[in-house]
Amino acid sequence: MAYSVQFAHEPASAHGSSEPVVVFEHVSIGFNDLKVLKDVSFQVGPGETRILLGPAGVGKSVLLKLVNGLLRPDSGRILLFGEDITHMTERELFPLRTRTGMVFQEGALFDSLAVRDNVGYQLMERHKPVDEVDRRVRDSLRFVELEHTYDLLPASLSGGMRRRVAIARAIIDQPDLILYDSPTGGLDPITSTTIIELVVKERDVLGTPSLLVTHRLQDAFTMVTHRFDQTQNKMVPLPHGQINAKTSFLVLHDGKLIFDGTTAELITSQDPFIKEFLA
Amino acid sequence: MPLALEKIDIVAKRMVLAVQDYSIFCWQSVANLFRTPKYWGDVLQQADLIGVGSVPIVVLTGFFTGGVLALQSAQSLAQFGAQAYTGRFVSLSMIRELAPVLTGLMVSGRNAGGMASELGSMQVTEQIDAMRALGTDPMKKLVTPRMLSTVVMLFLLTIISDTLGTAGGAFVSVFINNQNGTQYFTSAYQALAYADIAQGLTKPLFFGFIIATIGCFFGMRTTGGTQGVGRSTTQAVVVSSILIIFVDFLLSRAMLWIFSGF
Repeated sequence: MAYSVQFAHEPASAHGSSEPVVVFEHVSIGFNDLKVLKDVSFQVGPGETRILLGPAGVGKSVLLKLVNGLLRPDSGRILLFGEDITHMTERELFPLRTRTGMVFQEGALFDSLAVRDNVGYQLMERHKPVDEVDRRVRDSLRFVELEHTYDLLPASLSGGMRRRVAIARAIIDQPDLILYDSPTGGLDPITSTTIIELVVKERDVLGTPSLLVTHRLQDAFTMVTHRFDQTQNKMVPLPHGQINAKTSFLVLHDGKLIFDGTTAELITSQDPFIKEFLA
Repeated sequence: MPLALEKIDIVAKRMVLAVQDYSIFCWQSVANLFRTPKYWGDVLQQADLIGVGSVPIVVLTGFFTGGVLALQSAQSLAQFGAQAYTGRFVSLSMIRELAPVLTGLMVSGRNAGGMASELGSMQVTEQIDAMRALGTDPMKKLVTPRMLSTVVMLFLLTIISDTLGTAGGAFVSVFINNQNGTQYFTSAYQALAYADIAQGLTKPLFFGFIIATIGCFFGMRTTGGTQGVGRSTTQAVVVSSILIIFVDFLLSRAMLWIFSGF
């Protein structure tokens, strides 16, 4: 059954702003003398989906946490929605974070709260009327096709369902940027495809710019070779030879950003690491 | 620098850094009392968990401590023909010293560990980061309500312990030592001065603050998965218990100086 989901407002990217949503300029960070990211620079433009590839433990999640100020860089500059967040205090960051949706690696749902309260957390924090919270939570859960989990506790959900609830929580307030931290990590192939379908749906239906971290090539290539068909309410392959032009790649290796470009450029890259990674 | 000195240097720096972090943590937890948003619902929920949940252990500890005090003291006082002063001995000991310290230690064992493990679990499963990512300050939402609830509830629990301790002493004096009940209570009441009650009820305010801030501090600093949660829980109970006894000594000295001039 086809349906459309009504949200409170359109994302900033839909308003025609040409300003990059995220800008990294020569960002470095380390922990206990170990340099994790070295001189990383890239941008996420309006309406763009950027897929950050790299082997496990290379610093992909660290990079994602730098985007919304959960971690602070040792050097360099980070701009979020045009504002320099490098030296912002935690309190100054909170309003910017509410414009950013984040899906954590394991979902990071609040285990003492029901699905309804998890998904509607942001709205409840802003003391929105109960009716509005209920309606928007149901909208959001319908988007991830988990409306029936409304009253359940996270402990009674499967790993894949938890990720889907986490996506519902991330999109409920129609953010201007979504950060996905390995949303398919540790899931079986069928559940992974369901999650990627939701990410593609979010990209194609709502058009929110996003940064997705993954080490699974099949997920990345599914995203560039498929689109979400609202009439069929499912993800369908793009015609042969076509790829999603708004989705591009970043590759991290040994703490450095060794690739920043389109799908075609990635496939034809002569970098030995990338060739081995894609093989 | 020799290896041993280098290690001492690293440990000393870590300790100084931890004290600095804890001081900032305490300051933030107090400063948040005067900042919006306020989480009154969480304060009440924690008051129920920490305060009401601790009533049974505080009741039992207070009653039996008072009883033991009466049992032990009556025998010693009888040697000087002063068994009539049992009430005075029990009430002064309980109200000045034993009720605040024992209640603090019992609540610390139950709640400092509980807070460290709860917040530690949230930390290692990225729930604290998720909270920050959703625009909520975990210090305001998680730490300040626990701190406020523990301070208020430990104060009330200490009053319960004072009462039950005195009652426990009365039970032993009357039913085991065959003393006169009126004599016990008159002696217990007449011995008490304003300074004794002030001293006994000032201490739980400090102890409650120590229990909550140490429990939350170790919880929020948890790293290393489930093993890390266990480590934080143990550290929180040990450190808060030691700090309670240490601060009790400092407070007793300060109170004696304030109220008695020595």
